[in-house]
Amino acid sequence: MADLGCTIAGIESINPFWLASAPPTDKKYNVERAFHAGWGGVVWKTLGIDPPVINVTSRYGAHHDSTRGLIGINNIELISDRPLKTNLDEIRATRKEWPDRIIIGSMMAPVEKEAWQTLAVQIAEAGVHGIELNLGCPHGMCERGMGSAIGQVPEMVQQTTAWVKEVVDIPVFTKLTPNITNILWSAEAAAQGNADAVALINTVNSIISVNLDTMAPEPTVDGRGTHGGYCGAAVKPIALNMIAEIARTPETQRLDISGIGGITNWRDAAEFISLGANAVQVCTAAMLYGFRIVDDMIDGLSGWMDTQGYINVADFTGAAIRNVVDWNDLNMNYDLKARINEDKCIECGRCYIACEDTSHQAITITQMAEGHRRFDVVDEECVGCNLCYHVCPVPGCIEMEAVDTDRPYMTWPEHPLNPMKGAE
Amino acid sequence: MDKATRPGPDARQLAENLSDIHPPLDKFQAKTAAAECLYCYEAPCTRACPTSIDIPTFIHKISTDNPLGAAKTILAENILGGTCARACPTEVLCEEACVRNTSDGAPVEIGRLQRFAVDHLIDRPTEEHPFDRAPDTGRRVAVVGAGPAGLACAHRLAMLGHQVDIFEAMPKPGGLNEYGLAAYKMTQDFAQREVKFVQGIGNIEIHHGVRLGEDLPLSALQTSHDAVFIGVGLGSSNDLGFTDLPPEGIEDALTFIERLRQSPEEAAARLPERVTVIGGGNTAIDAAVQARKLGAREVTLCYRRGRDEMSATGWEQDLALKNDVKMILWAMPVKVLGKHQVKGLALEHSVMSEDGRLISTGEKFEIETDLILTAIGQKLHRASLGDLELAGGKITIDAHYQTSLPGVFAGGDCTATGEDLTVQAVEDGKRAAHAIHDYLSQ
Repeated sequence: MADLGCTIAGIESINPFWLASAPPTDKKYNVERAFHAGWGGVVWKTLGIDPPVINVTSRYGAHHDSTRGLIGINNIELISDRPLKTNLDEIRATRKEWPDRIIIGSMMAPVEKEAWQTLAVQIAEAGVHGIELNLGCPHGMCERGMGSAIGQVPEMVQQTTAWVKEVVDIPVFTKLTPNITNILWSAEAAAQGNADAVALINTVNSIISVNLDTMAPEPTVDGRGTHGGYCGAAVKPIALNMIAEIARTPETQRLDISGIGGITNWRDAAEFISLGANAVQVCTAAMLYGFRIVDDMIDGLSGWMDTQGYINVADFTGAAIRNVVDWNDLNMNYDLKARINEDKCIECGRCYIACEDTSHQAITITQMAEGHRRFDVVDEECVGCNLCYHVCPVPGCIEMEAVDTDRPYMTWPEHPLNPMKGAE
Repeated sequence: MDKATRPGPDARQLAENLSDIHPPLDKFQAKTAAAECLYCYEAPCTRACPTSIDIPTFIHKISTDNPLGAAKTILAENILGGTCARACPTEVLCEEACVRNTSDGAPVEIGRLQRFAVDHLIDRPTEEHPFDRAPDTGRRVAVVGAGPAGLACAHRLAMLGHQVDIFEAMPKPGGLNEYGLAAYKMTQDFAQREVKFVQGIGNIEIHHGVRLGEDLPLSALQTSHDAVFIGVGLGSSNDLGFTDLPPEGIEDALTFIERLRQSPEEAAARLPERVTVIGGGNTAIDAAVQARKLGAREVTLCYRRGRDEMSATGWEQDLALKNDVKMILWAMPVKVLGKHQVKGLALEHSVMSEDGRLISTGEKFEIETDLILTAIGQKLHRASLGDLELAGGKITIDAHYQTSLPGVFAGGDCTATGEDLTVQAVEDGKRAAHAIHDYLSQ
């Protein structure tokens, strides 16, 4: 069986599955249940300077599909609302009772050197393996000058990272907000502040829904609502891109990456790791199903690694990065055509109407005997866009086939029709 | 046979036995069922529906919490979508065509979803009708028969701006919806609630107790109205053709169903222990299953061919078997036993000859029974139709639903437009209404 052990920012974990700083890691009781379930580590819910914050009700909004499946949730909960000492005592006790599990202390403070440094030292002294700087929460705390209010200003990202690095000798993770134009600016700032790793993404700023009866955003607090942090499966694509950008950019690629954002199962985790995450953090999936989901993550990932011949996690960490390129590096001469397998086709017509209304009118319908219909691809019109392949409800019915164009790899900068080509 | 001491179902048990065979879906169940729909383009289910309901669109609307919109999509094509959702043999229509059969081995529950949507609209507290009438044309159309064809025709005519008089022989409207469908398909007086809904568009008046021919000659209607639509269904039932029948213990299955639909308690009280149904169609199954549900201890269904040859759908046949209806196949009745009261039935085994004819093997056997219900088809009640030209036992119509008499149109079971199904009758009524509108607009 493949070895799921991994190392991130010098910290060795029995597996790459950590729980992110959030309600599930609020106290010893939950964390112990998570460790019993098999999680390799937790990032304790963000600690601040006393007095503790006071939360409101309600706190979560939901993005459902038509059958109440959850696409994502958002929240307006603040950081830990328990006294700092209570949290630190529990961290200390949990560390002692679970020596093989990782505990990272998450923290935030106003932009004052002394505040950051005093709190960081207090947390480090509780015995955590590392400290994560919460520069990402897009609701509540940012109105007090913390969370994303810091994370959105690269200079402050660098400054707070550097302050903490000055006073602790354990690894520092700078947690980044996706609510920013270019993730590389804040990642570079973290690197310049000497961070050991970046953790991303924090939640996406959002209004998840409007209650059309009360005309108020949800979650609703006494008739009114506010923007909150969106998370869950829906944000995964945003996270993957930001991680890949950091992993493939020279100025930031030395940073270890703790991947976060909609990771729901082992396959999601493998995708994050293949794009350069050294370990991953999970929150929403655990909140929806409980800590038991780690069981599938563990044996799903190791089972897949066995089939691929990967001995350990490092074997495929970042394996997909080299294939993430700029658009300008793509081969303009590559050509795909849709192929519809008549034997698997159930004649729903979804490929036809998608192509006919919204793409290239490259699929035809032929009426056959006994009311059957046959769908054919017109190669001359098919641009290989994949839309039919994606809308087809039957796996393997439509496949995209590479056709031999007999032409060389040619990028847009090299392309004869590029008007800018001569200028270069 | 002492019916007084026979342990039949009590009132509560009887009500439970005759409750919805397909219980209605609740909102969550409907959304879950709707999520199975692939929203096919030019969907096979729609093409399989005689009324061409845009099924993927109405199901999509259910999935987006728009059941009212879903109902309007259904009713725009089929104003009796509520009955069709309950009574259609969906297993050989829309649900048989569903592409999910191919991909998943089971179809989307189209019938139950349709019921969910239509019930939502009909059960609303408001009586606001979802369709508007066109400006009054000043024309008056007579519709004969308040069954599915007549009601559908009347509604569409009203929508097109005409005034409609429906003439109905029975004391209640609805035709077979009220008198002929199994009780467990049409619970809670749905047929009457649906008629009330149909009339909600306005300008439809129903005159009861008026039978074409006897009370009202066709020629009178031709004079009093600008056009006539005949949707009288098939008024008579075929009989066994035997002489020397005992006077007690033989009943037409449709009459039996009519009685039990109007008073299940009375029908149960009069039901003997052993019932034999002759026939292989859905009416035969309806009669047999309901006889069981009413408390008959032993119900036997006799059919002269095999299960594959029955016109009852596989689902209906399974329903009979599930209700412990015993089937005797490949046997043709040759004599009813009993002098004053039916005592039994003599049959002969039958086979298919090499040249494809049904023949007797000559082997005789007898079964004991107290009541024989015949469900061997219906025929047109010719006497009432005056000079109308008939062919193959049905009223002759042209491509525009016009009979041999100008201005007299016909549709539903009394014509040969398709299968004798509620949904086909609705389609006929709807199309005939447009044909009448065109005729009146000339």
